[in-house]
Amino acid sequence: MTMTSESGTDAPGSAADPRIRDGRLVAEVIRADFPILGTTAHGLPLVYLDSAATSQKPLAVIEALDGYYRGYNANVHRGIYDISERATSAYEGARARIAAFINAPESCELINVRNATEAINLVAWSWGRANIGEGDVIVLTELEHHANLVPWQLLAAEKGARLEFIPITDEGYLRQEVYAELLKLKPKLVAFTHVSNTLGTINPVAEMTAQAHAAGALVLVDGAQAVPHLPVNVQALGVDFYVFSGHKMLGPTGSGGLWARRELLEAMPPFMAGGDMIRTVTLRASTWNELPWKFEAGTPDISATIGLGAAVDYLTGLGMARVRAHEQELVAYALETIEEKVPGISLYGPRDAARRGGVVPFNLPEAHPHDVAQLLDRVGVCVRAGHHCTMPLHERLNLPATARASFSVYSTRQDVDALVDGLRDVQRIFRS
Amino acid sequence: MDDLYRDYILEHYRRPHNFGPLEDASVTREGANPLCGDRITLQLGVVDGVVQTVGFTGRGCAISQASASLLTDEIKGKPLADVQSFGADDLLELLGIQISPARLKCAMLSHDTLRGALALLAESGPEADKDPAGAAT
Repeated sequence: MTMTSESGTDAPGSAADPRIRDGRLVAEVIRADFPILGTTAHGLPLVYLDSAATSQKPLAVIEALDGYYRGYNANVHRGIYDISERATSAYEGARARIAAFINAPESCELINVRNATEAINLVAWSWGRANIGEGDVIVLTELEHHANLVPWQLLAAEKGARLEFIPITDEGYLRQEVYAELLKLKPKLVAFTHVSNTLGTINPVAEMTAQAHAAGALVLVDGAQAVPHLPVNVQALGVDFYVFSGHKMLGPTGSGGLWARRELLEAMPPFMAGGDMIRTVTLRASTWNELPWKFEAGTPDISATIGLGAAVDYLTGLGMARVRAHEQELVAYALETIEEKVPGISLYGPRDAARRGGVVPFNLPEAHPHDVAQLLDRVGVCVRAGHHCTMPLHERLNLPATARASFSVYSTRQDVDALVDGLRDVQRIFRS
Repeated sequence: MDDLYRDYILEHYRRPHNFGPLEDASVTREGANPLCGDRITLQLGVVDGVVQTVGFTGRGCAISQASASLLTDEIKGKPLADVQSFGADDLLELLGIQISPARLKCAMLSHDTLRGALALLAESGPEADKDPAGAAT
């Protein structure tokens, strides 16, 4: 299965939009929308290849934050005055557009959270503590980011539940035959990443979800590396919980989403308690507000949510199928070019660009990833070095660390070429 | 070409001094930065209160390994008291390069491991330096 075959949230770009030519993104034009890409690092043009860690922000997002703080900064759901009503309307309007972006059936099913980590913790704390008991099985995978691992470890330790893991092939695909065996343990939950943040593997979410449901398990999918990069339709995927981070999808830090089916959210106890999440409060007892506010205690990150709404509008304008096509083409180019021009380099993850997101992890034989990243920085190239919050995956691959280049809508072949030049410099320095 | 990667740093990385396990170490201490995968094992052979032999093994970035190479050169043949007073700043001076905050842990791995080795040595008591068989690990 490839994600591009699923119905997306594309809005056709206007015929005059210079960012789209012959149905393809023109990243060279798109770059102009991102002020930071016009800056320099150490006197050289910034080559930002760490979008999997956090993406850069288009002017539209920056202006949405600015517009809120300058023009109508007020708390939401409270004031009976003009700017508070405008803030509420912008905040709830953003929620509706974010929900529509992943094709959620109802916007009240979209809980605004700080990031994917918070969303998973919310589910582990609220749904998990109410539904997981001693001896229950939770199925995870070797690919998981620590965010989709550690909350379940805590839950399992507290409840006496058991964690099982779908292993990967050396190329980074989940071993589906082992998954089928694990489902015979009748797990309560299967939680896995949509796209691996380290290897880029795109997992077959719809198929795995159907299998999990047939075995009686619910499914949580970590979409932090999927929502920014390909069309996501939670209804077509059929999942029960879907989480993502706003700051990786051109939005501000402090924004993100948990989507879950309404009946699950309605049955779940609150996660955090306080203002805004209640209907009535007496000194000794309270009743809960309706969805989604039951899960949004206290003043939310209003500006970040409004900013994420602007990011979603921006991505919708580009069209997520086109975003995916752009990044697939770029990752194919990167794999081919790097391998050809950087002798001895090790590349990890799926070789088939159709089954891989815009993430390229690598190691040079002569230098540690930290040294690679440090020397690349000197020529303005930003890559991540380390374990990328996937220590068990690095252990499985028998690698202490990797360096990683990752792409977004503004990434170009020139960025890849700059990386290649930088890597050849690193080799020259370490071989001399 | 680069402040951090001066020739002598790269030279210590490619051909580290005192690299390899010791036959009869008084103390063996492992150190690691799990966040970046740097690791070293440092061994000291102490006789009559003097670090007579020193060896390390490990893998990691150029900064962590060059730092271990320089540090082992520095402490070899020194009385324990001098080694005790060898501080983090002394190691930075020895490295002679500008270390950014993000790389400080790499540079300091050998020093942290040395501190750990000295603590083990102190725990195992004054006998340790006379009795290699009682090596603390």
